[in-house]
Amino acid sequence: MDELLEILNDINPDADYETNDHLVDDEILTSFELVMLVTQIRDVFDVSIPSEDIIPENFNSVEAMMSLIGRLKEDE
Amino acid sequence: MSLVSYEFLAFFAAAAILYYVVPKRVQWILLLAVSFLFYAAGGAVYLLYPMITAVSTWFLALRIGRADSAAQTYIQEQKPDKEQKKAYQARIKKHKKRLMTAGILLNFGILAVLKYTDFLLGNLNVLFHLEEGAIPQISWVLPLGISYYTFQTMGYLIDVFRGRCRPEKNLFRFMLFVTYFPQMVSGPISRFDQLKKELFEEHSFDGTQFTFGLWRILWGFFKKLVIADRIAPAVAMITAAPDVYDGIYVLVGMLGYTLQLYTDFSGCMDIVIGVSQCFGIRLPENFQRPFGAKNLSELWRRWHMTLTGWFREYIFFPVSTSRFCRTVSRFAGKLGLHKVTKKLPVYIANLIVWFVTGIWHGAAWGFILWGLANGIVMMVSQEFTELYRAFHRRFPKTDGSVYGALQKVRTGLLFSGLLMFQYYPFGTVFAMLGNLLARGRLSQLFDGRFAELGLAAADFIVIAIGLVLMLLIGVLQETGSVRQKLAARPLVVRFTAVFLLFVMVLVAGCYGHGYDASQFIYNQF
Repeated sequence: MDELLEILNDINPDADYETNDHLVDDEILTSFELVMLVTQIRDVFDVSIPSEDIIPENFNSVEAMMSLIGRLKEDE
Repeated sequence: MSLVSYEFLAFFAAAAILYYVVPKRVQWILLLAVSFLFYAAGGAVYLLYPMITAVSTWFLALRIGRADSAAQTYIQEQKPDKEQKKAYQARIKKHKKRLMTAGILLNFGILAVLKYTDFLLGNLNVLFHLEEGAIPQISWVLPLGISYYTFQTMGYLIDVFRGRCRPEKNLFRFMLFVTYFPQMVSGPISRFDQLKKELFEEHSFDGTQFTFGLWRILWGFFKKLVIADRIAPAVAMITAAPDVYDGIYVLVGMLGYTLQLYTDFSGCMDIVIGVSQCFGIRLPENFQRPFGAKNLSELWRRWHMTLTGWFREYIFFPVSTSRFCRTVSRFAGKLGLHKVTKKLPVYIANLIVWFVTGIWHGAAWGFILWGLANGIVMMVSQEFTELYRAFHRRFPKTDGSVYGALQKVRTGLLFSGLLMFQYYPFGTVFAMLGNLLARGRLSQLFDGRFAELGLAAADFIVIAIGLVLMLLIGVLQETGSVRQKLAARPLVVRFTAVFLLFVMVLVAGCYGHGYDASQFIYNQF
């Protein structure tokens, strides 16, 4: 979780990632930032996020992102 | 059949009466028949194109669905170990991908041939220094709404491939999804998993929804006939003659073109969504007060939303996460360009999306340059993001409403300015911008050229009323549905408001000789 928070704060330090669960719906994370996030998750967590998984439900909160990473790691 | 014609109103009225008279279980069949009739009104032979798209996509999606079912059965019955399961799934995915690719190549191939052959041939003439017309143009007749129904249908095929929606088994139901008459001409581009419920469930007559639909249609007529068509001849004169209309007229042309584009397209969407609401069918919105955006990216998230959403989901994300982008990114890393590596995939995908956006809007270099210019502005803006954030942290008061208003004006001007690539020849865009900045004077508005545009004092009053009304409705929308607010008012207020709007459309709308209300700008794609 800490690694993910570090990535997120590096991409956009102005958001409250601990409490916000509408990060994509509220356009706090833009599509540019989502792709940068996906790129860094791949490098740090060694997991590839396919484009069909880049949907708001998977990125609206830190918990949702961790759950996606966990699921994809399990599938690999 | 234009959406702003008496024929269409009669057609819609007849369809609506029949829709609520026939048994509810056949409502969707009636809509399909009506959609075929609507399309055939422009030439029955052109119905062949959407039929090819519908049948090929329906068939391939079914095959993809069958492959998924076979895979599930295999896993349930054979209980393979993890490695076997992975290998089997990879094989099925490859098979599904081949089917999806066949559908995409066929249908985007048809679109590309019909829409871009002449553009390609024209460029070959130039490239080989041939005389103009040495390679003759083919001038295919473009089937109505081909860009919209092709994009909508291909979105469905990709969604089935991704497992986001189940394939539709009934060919005729799928045909309705492809040809549903209000939206087929200019969108919005819908997703099957959202639209199927709306199209195929049974609808009882709902007086409130029907009234709301009619109000929305009226509002669309107002935008199109009273504003867009009124300013269209003047805008065409200014933008077609940059040598005559220079100085301050460059700005007038910019703003006029933007206003015409917005009122024309969003007016069309109001009619389309309003007509659908009368049938009890909700379509996705295509505009969300775009000129309230504070930067260009935000504006594009509020303008033609279903198309930009399509590009984001089916091009931007897949390209930016593709193997190609990963390889390029790694290569940049090896060269020591570490700062670039995380942004490179985003920027490559962004430029591809904006190239496609440009060429989607028109088969001409002006449109491609307009698209790329938008993409480049967004990338530059992204590069300055950290600087903006630091600025706002240092000067927190700049987050106030005055600065916000300035940001909105700046964004609107930027959007309008970039549209110059669409109507001026490329070589003159920067020259005209320079001309405006160096020689633009307000006094030029009174030098006689304005009078030649054919706009009388009454036109300006009508346009001013239109702008005030749109602004007012935009402000009211921020706190909820304007029609619900109006419906909550006493009958006399409701009647007066709707009656006045109706009279405005009737009296101040542009009809008859000299005006061509037959085409919406976005019908031509």
